[in-house]
Amino acid sequence: MKPARFAYQRAATTEHVLEALHRSGGEARVIAGGQSLVPMLNMRLARPALLVDIMHVAALSHVDDDGARLTIGAGVRQRDLEMRHDTAARQPLLAMALPWLGHVQTRSRGTVCGSIAHADPSAELPLVLTALRGEVHLRSRRRARRLPAEAFFTGMMVTARAEDELIEAVSVPAVRPGTGYAFREISRRHGDFAIAAFAAVADEKELRLAIGGVAETPKARVLPTDQGLDDALDTFAWNLEARDDLHASARYRRELVRRIGREVVLAAIRDREARALKEAT
Amino acid sequence: MSRQAPAVLDAGQRHPVRFTLNGRKAGGEAEPRMLLHDFLRHVLGATGTHVGCEHGICGACTVQIDGAPARACLTLAVQADGAEIRTVEGLASAPDRLSALQEAFRAHHGLQCGFCTPGILMSLDALLRERPDCGEAEIRETLSGHLCRCTGYTPIVKAALAAAEALRVPHHA
Ligand SMILES: Cc1cc2nc3c(=O)[nH]c(=O)nc-3n(C[C@@H](O)[C@H](O)[C@H](O)COP(=O)(O)OP(=O)(O)OC[C@H]3O[C@@H](n4cnc5c(N)ncnc54)[C@H](O)[C@@H]3O)c2cc1C
Ligand code: FES
Ligand code: FES
Repeated sequence: MKPARFAYQRAATTEHVLEALHRSGGEARVIAGGQSLVPMLNMRLARPALLVDIMHVAALSHVDDDGARLTIGAGVRQRDLEMRHDTAARQPLLAMALPWLGHVQTRSRGTVCGSIAHADPSAELPLVLTALRGEVHLRSRRRARRLPAEAFFTGMMVTARAEDELIEAVSVPAVRPGTGYAFREISRRHGDFAIAAFAAVADEKELRLAIGGVAETPKARVLPTDQGLDDALDTFAWNLEARDDLHASARYRRELVRRIGREVVLAAIRDREARALKEAT
Repeated sequence: MSRQAPAVLDAGQRHPVRFTLNGRKAGGEAEPRMLLHDFLRHVLGATGTHVGCEHGICGACTVQIDGAPARACLTLAVQADGAEIRTVEGLASAPDRLSALQEAFRAHHGLQCGFCTPGILMSLDALLRERPDCGEAEIRETLSGHLCRCTGYTPIVKAALAAAEALRVPHHA
């Protein structure tokens, strides 16, 4: 399997990227880590005329932390974020999810923003972005805008990104006192795409559960913490409109939502209590 | 615009690609669509890197790019321009020698047909360098990125543990 022909440009600045996307009229594509795009090129599922390599743009390669939000630039590789000394302290959910994303051999190249752009329904980072109410920072020559995760993911591998837009960064709120987090993934083998994946955030105001791998995009719900939890999970399970596929039946997926969903929200509540205890001492 | 836009490498034309291969300068010409494993094997004649699935699943093509294990089949040769590439040919200090990791694979039957071996060695070599005190769990996690149709993995894990041990203990001939 070899890719069809395309031209290649190694951009040095964000302006170069935007200019190339602007001029090509949809024929150009960004190449970041290449871990989803190159398989598609090899299988000739994608046949772009031009690939714009963004990995040498210095301005895109940072993680910025202003205390309230972590902003992860388009050039930041998944493995770099995983290995950063303070990722777990600054946003635990990211640190919990990253080891599940493929293998070290793919995380070493793949980027955080590339996974968001690719928008696989089973992918971990779109799920985490949804659970945390993160934002996608888009830029083109025409405009710059930010979209909340839930508005960005519009369908299976379909997003609100226009063809001339670059995902410049994604941002998530940093850890907040009094907040607990939990993540869990069900897959056949570690590193496989999720049959279902769960990310929960519990703070004093609400309990929020996001689920990936079941609907066409990750979905989040605010759940009650009292006896209503099981009913709410059951409703959530049906609302996701799971389908049968090669990996699991719809019924199995609904059962995962009810049972694993419950375990994960309880784990987030326990995490919140553990963190509160630590903050107190 | 701050700087002049960088050159577009035309489709269907060959362009110079240069990088460091196992510590030495290497170079050749490649169309933008040429994958790194084909460049290594066909242009540079470095056939130690194997090719299986060509879509990132099997791990046979794994090399080290700037020190980290990565799929050559998911990397364009032009993307590797200027990088530091290490392949299985670079593991041993001389053609008639084996590295400690390779020696452990031989001693513990870590290979049968050997198709998966170069890729697995490059992943484990990086792991042992980064985490000399790694245990079985980390070794298995690293191996999750590789398929071996012959060994059942157990001898590979044993070999990796033995290599980690050998590398920790000061060497004696
Ligand atoms: C064996 C294997 C296992 C994997 N397992 C998982 C898994 O378990 N979970 C998971 O989530 N993923 C998995 N992946 C995919 C993951 O590795 C990719 O890294 C990720 O999906 C895409 O990121 P990338 O940087 O490699 O993007 P690329 O492959 O370079 O690009 C992907 C798409 O996004 C576009 N794009 C990339 N960056 C931008 C940007 N900044 N702005 C606009 N468009 C952009 C590209 O044009 C392309 O269409 C796996 C891949 C492999 C090969
Ligand atoms: S040939 Fe590259 S992973 Fe299979
Ligand atoms: S030794 Fe034959 S595939 Fe691994």
